[in-house]
Amino acid sequence: MATAAALVLFFAITMYAIFAGADFGAGFWDLVAGGTDRGAGPRGVIDHSIAPVWEANHVWLIFMLIVLWSCFPVAFASITLTMFVPLTIIALGIVLRGASFAFRKAVLNTRSRRRFGAVFATSSVMVPYCMGAIAGGIASGRVPDGGVAGDPVDSWVNPTSILGGVLAVCVTAFLAATYLVFDAHRLSDVDMVEYFRRRALGASVVAGVVAFAGIFVLASDAEYLFDGLTSRALPLVIVSLVCGVGALWLLIRQNHRGARLAAIGAVVSVIVAWGVAQWDDILPESLTVDDAAAPNGTITAVLVATGLVLVIIGPSFALLYALDQKGLLPEESVPEPTPNT
Amino acid sequence: MIGLVNLLGEINPVPWARSQMAFTLAFHIILVPLGVSWGAMTLIANYKAIKHDDKDALLLAQRWSKYMAVTFAVGAVTGTVLSLEFGLLWPRFMGQWGQVFGVPFAFEGLFFLTEAIFISIYIFGWKRLKPWAHFWSGVPIVIAGIFGSASVISANAWMNAPSGFTLNSAGEVVEVDPFEVIFNDAMPLMAAHMIVAAYVVGGFMVASVYAVGMLRGRRDRYHRLGFLIPFTVACIAIPIQMGVGDSLARWVYENQPMKFAAIELVPETSSDVPETLFGYLNDDGEVVGGIPIPGLASILSDPSDGTATVIQGLDSFPEDARPTIRQVNVVHLAWDIMVGLGTLLFLLSLWYWGTWIFRKDMPQSKLFLIIASSAGFLAVVCMEAGWVVSEVGRQPWIVYNLMKVEDAATANTGVWITFIAVLGLYTALGITTIMVLRGMSRRFRLQHEAGQPDDAEGDDVPYGPSAPPDSSHGDKDGEKVLTS
Ligand code: HDD
Ligand code: HEM
Ligand code: HEM
Repeated sequence: MATAAALVLFFAITMYAIFAGADFGAGFWDLVAGGTDRGAGPRGVIDHSIAPVWEANHVWLIFMLIVLWSCFPVAFASITLTMFVPLTIIALGIVLRGASFAFRKAVLNTRSRRRFGAVFATSSVMVPYCMGAIAGGIASGRVPDGGVAGDPVDSWVNPTSILGGVLAVCVTAFLAATYLVFDAHRLSDVDMVEYFRRRALGASVVAGVVAFAGIFVLASDAEYLFDGLTSRALPLVIVSLVCGVGALWLLIRQNHRGARLAAIGAVVSVIVAWGVAQWDDILPESLTVDDAAAPNGTITAVLVATGLVLVIIGPSFALLYALDQKGLLPEESVPEPTPNT
Repeated sequence: MIGLVNLLGEINPVPWARSQMAFTLAFHIILVPLGVSWGAMTLIANYKAIKHDDKDALLLAQRWSKYMAVTFAVGAVTGTVLSLEFGLLWPRFMGQWGQVFGVPFAFEGLFFLTEAIFISIYIFGWKRLKPWAHFWSGVPIVIAGIFGSASVISANAWMNAPSGFTLNSAGEVVEVDPFEVIFNDAMPLMAAHMIVAAYVVGGFMVASVYAVGMLRGRRDRYHRLGFLIPFTVACIAIPIQMGVGDSLARWVYENQPMKFAAIELVPETSSDVPETLFGYLNDDGEVVGGIPIPGLASILSDPSDGTATVIQGLDSFPEDARPTIRQVNVVHLAWDIMVGLGTLLFLLSLWYWGTWIFRKDMPQSKLFLIIASSAGFLAVVCMEAGWVVSEVGRQPWIVYNLMKVEDAATANTGVWITFIAVLGLYTALGITTIMVLRGMSRRFRLQHEAGQPDDAEGDDVPYGPSAPPDSSHGDKDGEKVLTS
């Protein structure tokens, strides 16, 4: 049972990473798109591609939190106590980001748009950084068991956390760029295809370099995780590497659809590798999944809910994505009829 | 400097955590009625539009769905903050009870995911789905909204009537019965009361915007319809709400006598208890001021026993297990506000129905419109007051009779900082939301007067998303939506 709950948790984390991760990454490209005129093209594509889906994507975070606190309440308490600061930044960042994105779409005046846009983009970088930092703190065994707080600063300002944060920003940027190439392609915007293709290439190289540097960081700062990654999880690490290189190659070959899939594969396998490497601890070196697990009744309920998510949400999510990807939900714009009077 | 740091280090996080939780909840709950009921009202307009080829109704439905995109986004992000706050502010509560309290949320997640997806499909599907297919894509929003709020309320109700778990001798949860947790004793009536409240509040809120428009002389059919649909929904819901509230009060009388004593301002156990309007307890715990209506509290608590009904007083609970005098006064005042405003809104609905029955039209007088335009605000206040009754009336317990708030809170002394940050951020968020909605409305109107469709954008917007390529032939497409 506990294992099943852990699988659901990692499923939610993975879904969040590949769907919402790309939305965050799009925010990164929005941030670096340059001045008002120069940035108009990329921002158009970005807006186009994430507007219909970001809210639904965002719910995976909530689902992840719910699974964590229902199935592993003690771990949840330890994490929230220890990671008070970065979690608070995440909470505020999410408010700023979601609201300013929605507002930017709803206002037409350039100055307000620019302001909302800046807030949206900055928070899009801050939030994944903090998430990565938290993951780093957990993975390097800095969150103690028993619903007590670990070090409030060192737990998220440490080599592994910095690695986690930077890697999260790079990976979301990489994912987003591969998605955006595809979206620009769909919009038949040749300039933008080239624009994002170059950036996807750049991001994949940067992410690769960071990941490579990460090997040394983990070896000295998170031995437990390092041991796991170099033994049990090694095949997954290799898969991730292959996917990453594959994405690069496909991007060069201009196979946009394939590049996108390969990028997703790289991200999914990294996350699963993390899980496998620290198995069967939920908080490395202090709390095992079994010890942390809630009674069977709770886990059953969560599994039922997850099953329903797959049955009900699966198809509707697929429908939303299909409509979106076909460009059938192009803009929020509705042509308006003239009223009778 | 060090003295200051020490001083700050000693700031007790509990009151700050309470304030932050209460403030963020109170903010989120304003958006909730819109999320639950606006979808339904939009579908009514949408139905009218397709069925009777009604262009005003179509325009309303389309605009409402665009406003909904904004309010839904704000609801979604403020809801996420709440989820994080459970851990940030009440880690010991979650560590101990998360496995029980968390169960209803698993289903909440399911329903909100459904709602979020279908809202996207609906909002973005106006042009691309056939009219009826598009209409049906909106129906899951309504259903998911109802079930979603029932799930969240179930979690809150569980804090009032905890059940569905077994503790071992060390007080740890060892077994959980999810069914018992979700369908706890308090859940059915509380969920009903909140869902109906969502229709009352959502209806009056939307209607009051159009009432203001009508007062300003915009008395065309479009504004009339924009008023009539939500106002009628609210006026259907409010009498139901009074009935449900009455049953809920009786449930509280039987199952949460402590909260009931605070509601009715009953310091000592007795029969023939008066219903005191306003008034408060002084420091010695005596009722001061107010207008007592003899015997009414007893009669309402159990009509079959009349004034002989005994109501437990605050004195029957140990001092550290009941709300403080200040809290009792807050609960009682909030109660008076909820019931008072509820009654006022109910009378307003009688006026409305009466005029329909006798004059075959809505009331046209200026006075009616003035009251109607404040009804949205009053309904929100009424709902907030109800929540204060429910939450402050449970003090000092976070889980009734099982865990106290102070034992649940975080030990992080920095909560006062996050509270101030949240306060600032939410104030800005609230103001901006209203400004953006008003801006949208003004823009729609100006463009409309200029004979353009809503989305005709000026060329002066180089930044951000560009104009949709095909908005120029908007009207033609609008026809297609209607007729195809
Ligand atoms: C527009 C909204 C609205 C209106 C007109 C009323 N209420 Fe209410 N009331 C709520 C909105 C609300 C609420 C905000 O939705 C609450 C908070 C918790 C809950 O479940 O519903 C609530 C709570 C609440 C509670 C506390 C429940 C608990 O803590 O378990 C009682 C006893 C009542 N109500 C009773 C009434 C009565 C007798 C009303 C008739 C005059 C009434 N309400 C009108
Ligand atoms: C399902 C919904 C809700 C849940 C799960 C919930 C949960 C909580 C929790 C955990 C606390 C802190 C512990 C405590 O003080 O008892 C709290 C306090 C509080 N909540 Fe709620 N709440 C909900 C809805 C609301 C709403 C909508 C309001 C709107 C006003 C509200 C008002 C308050 C207030 C005023 C307090 C502080 C009470 C005090 O400390 O005196 N709650 N709530
Ligand atoms: C009084 C009880 C509450 C009700 C009836 C309620 C209902 C709703 C509804 C209908 C939505 C949909 C979004 C919208 O319409 O704006 C929503 C959003 C949300 N609420 Fe609440 N809520 C309540 C309190 C809470 C609490 C206590 C939490 C804490 C976990 C919470 C978490 C959320 C989350 C995470 C979302 C976003 C879901 C999404 O993106 O679709 N809500 N809420």
